[in-house]
Amino acid sequence: MASGSVTISSEAFPAQHGIAERFAALKAHGRRALVPYITAGHPDPERTVALIGALEQAGADVIELGLPFSDPMADGPIIQASSQRALELGVNFDRVLALVQRARPGIPLVLFSYLNPLLAGGGDALTRAAQAGFSGVLVTDLPVGSDPELEARIGDGPLAFIRLVAPTTPAPRMREIAEHGSGFVYLISRLGVTGVRDDLPAELPETVARLRGATTLPVAVGFGVSRPEQAAAVARIADGVVVGSAIVRAAGEGVDQAAKLAASLRAAIDTATDTA
Amino acid sequence: MTTAQTDRFGIFGGRYVPETLIPAIDELERAYDAARLDPAFNAELEHMLRTYVGRPSALSDAPRFSEHVGATVWLKREDLNHTGAHKINNTVGQVLLARRMGKTRIIAETGAGQHGVATATVCARFGLQCVVYMGEEDMRRQELNVFRMRLMGATVVGVSSGTRTLKDATTEAIRDWVTNVNDTYYIIGSVVGPAPYPRMVRDLQSVISREARAQMLAQAGRLPKTVVACVGGGSNAMGAFHEFVPDAEVELVGVEAAGQGLDSGLHSASLSRGRPGVLHGSMSYLLQDDHGQVHPAHSISAGLDYPGVGPEHSYLKETGRAEYVSVTDDEALRGFQLLSRLEGIIPALETAHAVAWIASQKGRWKRDEPVLLCVSGRGDKDVAQVSQMNIFGS
Repeated sequence: MASGSVTISSEAFPAQHGIAERFAALKAHGRRALVPYITAGHPDPERTVALIGALEQAGADVIELGLPFSDPMADGPIIQASSQRALELGVNFDRVLALVQRARPGIPLVLFSYLNPLLAGGGDALTRAAQAGFSGVLVTDLPVGSDPELEARIGDGPLAFIRLVAPTTPAPRMREIAEHGSGFVYLISRLGVTGVRDDLPAELPETVARLRGATTLPVAVGFGVSRPEQAAAVARIADGVVVGSAIVRAAGEGVDQAAKLAASLRAAIDTATDTA
Repeated sequence: MTTAQTDRFGIFGGRYVPETLIPAIDELERAYDAARLDPAFNAELEHMLRTYVGRPSALSDAPRFSEHVGATVWLKREDLNHTGAHKINNTVGQVLLARRMGKTRIIAETGAGQHGVATATVCARFGLQCVVYMGEEDMRRQELNVFRMRLMGATVVGVSSGTRTLKDATTEAIRDWVTNVNDTYYIIGSVVGPAPYPRMVRDLQSVISREARAQMLAQAGRLPKTVVACVGGGSNAMGAFHEFVPDAEVELVGVEAAGQGLDSGLHSASLSRGRPGVLHGSMSYLLQDDHGQVHPAHSISAGLDYPGVGPEHSYLKETGRAEYVSVTDDEALRGFQLLSRLEGIIPALETAHAVAWIASQKGRWKRDEPVLLCVSGRGDKDVAQVSQMNIFGS
């Protein structure tokens, strides 16, 4: 009942202690993770640094930081436009690492990327990402089994390897995916690309239940989660709530707007779990 | 058989796609591998190719072009197919597969519009809903093909993101597929995309070399010394090469678009100037910058205007089995006129690249050595564009 008032201090769970620990600590307190996504370099590199700090202040538990890519096939218009903007400003892998080193948040950061710009980062890309302060990596277009050698190299590397599960994923494959991942499992809530939507898919609780049967890893749900009431609904069934396009859109208006949205999501999530 | 065995051509290919699509791609692969071994499917495909597409396509001799080049050039006439290009070989096969899989909605991407037209055509023939994604820049360049698609009942969706060309149309088609994966079949138009597409499209296009090999033996009495085809994504080239790959003495040459020159930064020569990377679901040669961002392609021909290339071409390049060369916009324009004037065949601007390369290689062949040129499509679609270019001087 009082879990909402328990503060999980950044000092107690520094970033290098990682994502799994953060989720475990939240779980111990009956809380759920708020996981905002922002595109690195949007609306500009300076404000990305400010956003990381502001989102942490507003109650984010983990931040997904997107490395912009020219052809983001899994993303809707808002994240496409933010990526385009960041690329026009010259954002690349090395500059993202520099941003993270400056931001030095007290919460874990996940590097969110398409495969090609990550490959261009070179063989030591993930080691350098870890040194810069990232705790995890998620690769949109590297599904389990697509490139076992590369996947093994990432899995054996210094970062937690966040894998994706889709509503179309059959239960046996869910198990396989979870076995090849760490940190948490990212459940894509619906068919389609990222974006702001008004509803949640009716079958989401069933999909979460299926995934729970396949893994003990924490489950975070994203894609189309944008409003506090949606975040609250997700918080009742999952361990974490990922909000991307809505945060990116707010970030385009200003750091304060994004922080305000994050705070309202935080409050909705905590209220939902308090009364659960 | 696990998919891992057939996923790749050396290190190239694979299925680098969002997780949402994996079950659909697994389903597609199972359905295709069942269909290709099913005599009923093959009989239906053959019937359609014969009675609807108009196959076999002719193998024409080309006496005046041969004289010009100093070799014996043979033309495999994919321009004579229904809809005027090789693209329909693939769409007929895939639409039959889609029907077999119970899919009711078809989507496609298109650059020059030839694949879009070929898809709209087979969808009209079978009464299937058809949505074609096309870059707005290409819609402008290929206005008549947009009209053709709409005439046959297809919805053409303009794509305004990125470079507004084939690359962006493909990305948008993949976004549609991720969203509507349960009822939608994506007919990819070239030997690109995640496995099994590169292999499946190659198989369907290899009717070109299956016929051409037999026709060469019958009409020329021997195999060609060299097979030449243009390469954008590379489907007509894979189709023209495939049956000749085991014939070690037959040279295979793919001609890429050098645009305004290989050093201008404005070209589509992925194999000549790219390096391996991942785009649209597969690992292959790719035009990209040092940071892994895809570099916009350029070509006078919308059909070659693509920064990637089919993974099997990357493999044929790496193994040395095929040679890849390039031809500029200006040279292609001369090839366009050359075949028109010497043979009364107006080639597509894509094909004109292959024409121009052969014309540039005088002395490479002996007079009686046969060179097989795949005429991937007819140039009617390009006439309006080229007529604006003052090619005859003023």
